[in-house]
Amino acid sequence: MQPTPPSVAHEPSRIRQRLLDTRHHVETPEGIDLVLRPAGALPRILAFAIDLLIRGAILLLMFIILGFLGQFGVGLGSILFFLVNWWYMVLFEVLRQGRSPGKQIMGLRVVHDDGTPVGWGASLTRNLLRFVDMLPFGYCLGLISCLSHPSFKRLGDLAAGTLVVYREENSNRPLIPEGDSERAPFRLSLNEQRALQGFAERQSGLSAARRTELAGILAEPLDVPEEQAEARLNSIARGLLGAT
Amino acid sequence: MKQHLFEQRHSADWQRFSALLEQLERGKAEAKACEHFAADYRHLCQHLALAEERGYSSHLIDQLQHLAMRGHQQFYRHRSHLGAQLIGFILAGFPQLVRREWRSVLAACLLFFGSLIGMGLLTWQFPELIYGLLDPAQVSDMERMYDPDARRIGRFSERDAADDWMMFGFYIMNNIGIAFQTFASGLLFGLGSLFFLLFNGLMIGAVAGHLTRIGYSETFWSFVIGHGAFELTAIAFAGAAGLKLGWALLAPGRLRRSEALRQASKPSIQLVAGVIFFLIIAAFIEAFWSSMTYTTPTIKFIVGAALWLLVIAYFVFAGRHRHAPD
Repeated sequence: MQPTPPSVAHEPSRIRQRLLDTRHHVETPEGIDLVLRPAGALPRILAFAIDLLIRGAILLLMFIILGFLGQFGVGLGSILFFLVNWWYMVLFEVLRQGRSPGKQIMGLRVVHDDGTPVGWGASLTRNLLRFVDMLPFGYCLGLISCLSHPSFKRLGDLAAGTLVVYREENSNRPLIPEGDSERAPFRLSLNEQRALQGFAERQSGLSAARRTELAGILAEPLDVPEEQAEARLNSIARGLLGAT
Repeated sequence: MKQHLFEQRHSADWQRFSALLEQLERGKAEAKACEHFAADYRHLCQHLALAEERGYSSHLIDQLQHLAMRGHQQFYRHRSHLGAQLIGFILAGFPQLVRREWRSVLAACLLFFGSLIGMGLLTWQFPELIYGLLDPAQVSDMERMYDPDARRIGRFSERDAADDWMMFGFYIMNNIGIAFQTFASGLLFGLGSLFFLLFNGLMIGAVAGHLTRIGYSETFWSFVIGHGAFELTAIAFAGAAGLKLGWALLAPGRLRRSEALRQASKPSIQLVAGVIFFLIIAAFIEAFWSSMTYTTPTIKFIVGAALWLLVIAYFVFAGRHRHAPD
């Protein structure tokens, strides 16, 4: 275990402040930083549209069945209509860990600002205030608020203290090309180490030309010709990983 | 420690934790398996912190972060007993809340009942006033509904149980919908709640005044007095919840507006929960008691007055004395 100089320990948070991205960091009581990725307007609109379709289908089916029950059916129908209209989202969000069917399909989830699962109060607040977000027509207020807020919150989210985030999916282990491992010829800072590993891990997502170009930036300090820089970086990454 | 070694040493733990999480997420975890959950979760958080500190690769950190996130979700889930909470809220929480929020409640009540009574008296005195709010077709509709003569022919007595159910459903849908609107529109700096409180107050007042003036008072008042105790207070409280939201935006004090709004929304939504409870009672009374024709109006007035007293006593006295903790 190598001791880390104290200055390095604070580096990640400083870097984060400089990064221009929409990630939302939550410090938990355990002292770790959770990263939430708020979802923008488009996936949320799509999720809402899917939910709208589902709700429409439920209501249609219900009215056909209840039509046979006469007046009693009409009464039951009004209650069910009320439930589907006002409580569909709330029930799904609270009982299914922040996911209505539409959000499930779009890979979204509702959480409190602190990353905890959404509860009755917050879910009810955000879904009742949807009424205001829809004003004056077609979700105008909600859209304006969503587009101008750094975490894409609509008014209901602001009041309820909730956040719509992407559900994290487990990624597959990236493959670093086989080969020797070696030490870097100079001392790498923590962020440089991570950048290097990131480069090695994301190889499959980059074209060969782009890889060569990126690695070429480091050809001079590594003291190798440009076309060999990529292989060199990979072996340094392997060395950092300690895979062999 | 190199990353590879670190992964080798702990990956079994992570897999175990992940399997436990999966069980918890599907709600199928056994109590025995969860005994170590807190410790495992803390352990994982420690591993994540170590991995970040040592600059391990993004893939590993992402993976651990994903696990930590899922653990966080399970660890901080709200597992309260909804039933016990509801009973506690109805018995003590709701009246306590109303007394604590007396400012917005008083404002909303003054707006709503003030406009209702004022408009009622005015329409009673000046007959034409009703046509400023309602068009003649609606007025004659109202008159037909509460016409004492029509009633004797048996329009209401024809209503059977299924009709009662239909009206119950309708009242629930309609009234709670109105209450939700009254609350939610308070987010527009309180203007929406203000509008709906005044609008509903004026409307109901005008109808009441008009029907009293043309001599339908017995049918009308005996019908509305019972559920009115619950319905009217519920509408006023929904307005109070909305006004509270609006006030937080207008006068956030030393907080930021978004923060003030978030703090105000908590008691507001609790008020709305109480409103829902009251409106369900109101719908029940309206559908199954107010519409009953077997009782004489005198009994209805007595029951109605008793219900009003009950509601007032509930908000004044309920939840004042705390019982010893169980």
